[in-house]
Amino acid sequence: MTDAPTPQLSLRGLTRVYGEGPTRVDALTDIDLDVAPGELVAVMGPSGSGKTTLLNLAGGLDTPTRGSVLVDGDALEALTARQRAALRRRRIGYVFQDFNLIPSLTAAENVSLPLELDGLPPREARPLTTAALDDVGLSDRADRFPEQLSGGQRQRVAIARALVGPRRLILADEPTGALDSTTGEDVVALLRDRVDQGAAGLLVTHDSRYAAWADRTVFLRDGRVATSTGGRLGLEALITADTEGGV
Amino acid sequence: MSVRQGFLALLSHGPKHGYQLRAEFEARSGGTWPLNIGQAYTTLGRLERDGLIASVHDDDPEAPERYALTDAGRTEVESWWNSPVKRGAPARDELALKLALAVTTPGVDVRAVVDAQRAETLRGLQDYTRLKRSGRGREATEEDPNADLAWDLVLDALVFSAQAEMQWLDHVESRLARASRTRGGASAPAATRAPEAARRPEASR
Ligand SMILES: Nc1ncnc2c1ncn2[C@@H]1O[C@H](COP(=O)(O)OP(=O)(O)OP(=O)(O)O)[C@@H](O)[C@H]1O
Ligand SMILES: [Mg+2]
Repeated sequence: MTDAPTPQLSLRGLTRVYGEGPTRVDALTDIDLDVAPGELVAVMGPSGSGKTTLLNLAGGLDTPTRGSVLVDGDALEALTARQRAALRRRRIGYVFQDFNLIPSLTAAENVSLPLELDGLPPREARPLTTAALDDVGLSDRADRFPEQLSGGQRQRVAIARALVGPRRLILADEPTGALDSTTGEDVVALLRDRVDQGAAGLLVTHDSRYAAWADRTVFLRDGRVATSTGGRLGLEALITADTEGGV
Repeated sequence: MSVRQGFLALLSHGPKHGYQLRAEFEARSGGTWPLNIGQAYTTLGRLERDGLIASVHDDDPEAPERYALTDAGRTEVESWWNSPVKRGAPARDELALKLALAVTTPGVDVRAVVDAQRAETLRGLQDYTRLKRSGRGREATEEDPNADLAWDLVLDALVFSAQAEMQWLDHVESRLARASRTRGGASAPAATRAPEAARRPEASR
């Protein structure tokens, strides 16, 4: 018990209510969730079930109605707006459902933005940016503007931006949405790699094929956890390339 | 497909022994279609009888008997590649049947059935994905340069069919939700939780 790693992200009784009276929406109700370093958790659920709300709260982009969010032990609600912004820039990589690229900046400038906002000199930011773009297979598009890129390429720029530099918490909202099946798998593999190197990850997806890369999956329904899955069935033993018991 | 067709296809690479055919056949199927050696030899005997394969003479009299395609066998393989796998009557689908029974049986919490199934199917999908990621596939070898690709594709087929099952479960859930909105369907828990709301006529569609 005592040697369990401190969760990188802890959600406690997390609740978000939008509006009031007849227009009140209980977007999220009483969510408890821990994500440890090295752990990737998938979040699934029907449209409107609260997935983006959950991610926004976890990333400090929105404030809960009740409950709390701890990132690496720091309660977000106890931080000043400035401290929260700094934590977001330094520790959290966020892939938005609608990419959120800045149209007047090139792909490379978009990717290095969080580093520069954080005061990293361009000399140090540049190699990190190049590496991140390389990871998503877009080094040859570094100087293009978002409108000169395809939907899938824009999405990959957004992913590079979320993964650039040392991010310890990666929050990805449908990062595979505009990608074909093989590219989508590459993107999830990239997330998985980062997590295997010690980051904690939350991956929102509609596609179980991508959720299957996670260690656990949480299903939301009407803002609550409907089911939560982890562990294995052991089907690996039932199919095998070696038929003679180890050729 | 039959074991016959599988063997004929494998023999297009050149002559092979019975045990070699059996091992390659099992490997291609990811172990999902096990054969015993008796079945392998029965199949070879029939193929020889039908003139589709013939045994080849080896210089070494001790060597196990090898078989090669005849011209008729080559024609047979060719026409097999050129015809699509038939979609016949659907196989019995235990899960579809279970849910069909669940939605028509009073008092069954269909959503709970869906949730439990989803957890199970996703765990299976995770197993296949882990297997894929571990790269514990067959290594490509000189005589079998595409063995790793073949193995990956067999795994992908399992992954895609589990994914399709997950999609279908999502579909079941949204159909249930709609049914409970439009006519306060007895099977959906939404209806049990808020029967008045569920029966409100303006809530339909
Ligand atoms: N700013 C807002 N004001 C009012 N209601 C909101 C607001 N943002 C979200 N909601 C509502 O909260 C609920 C949850 O929305 P959320 O965006 O988290 O869903 P989601 O699970 O991400 O869906 P999708 O799969 O469609 O992206 C929805 O009913 C939505 O209409
Ligand atoms: Mg969303």
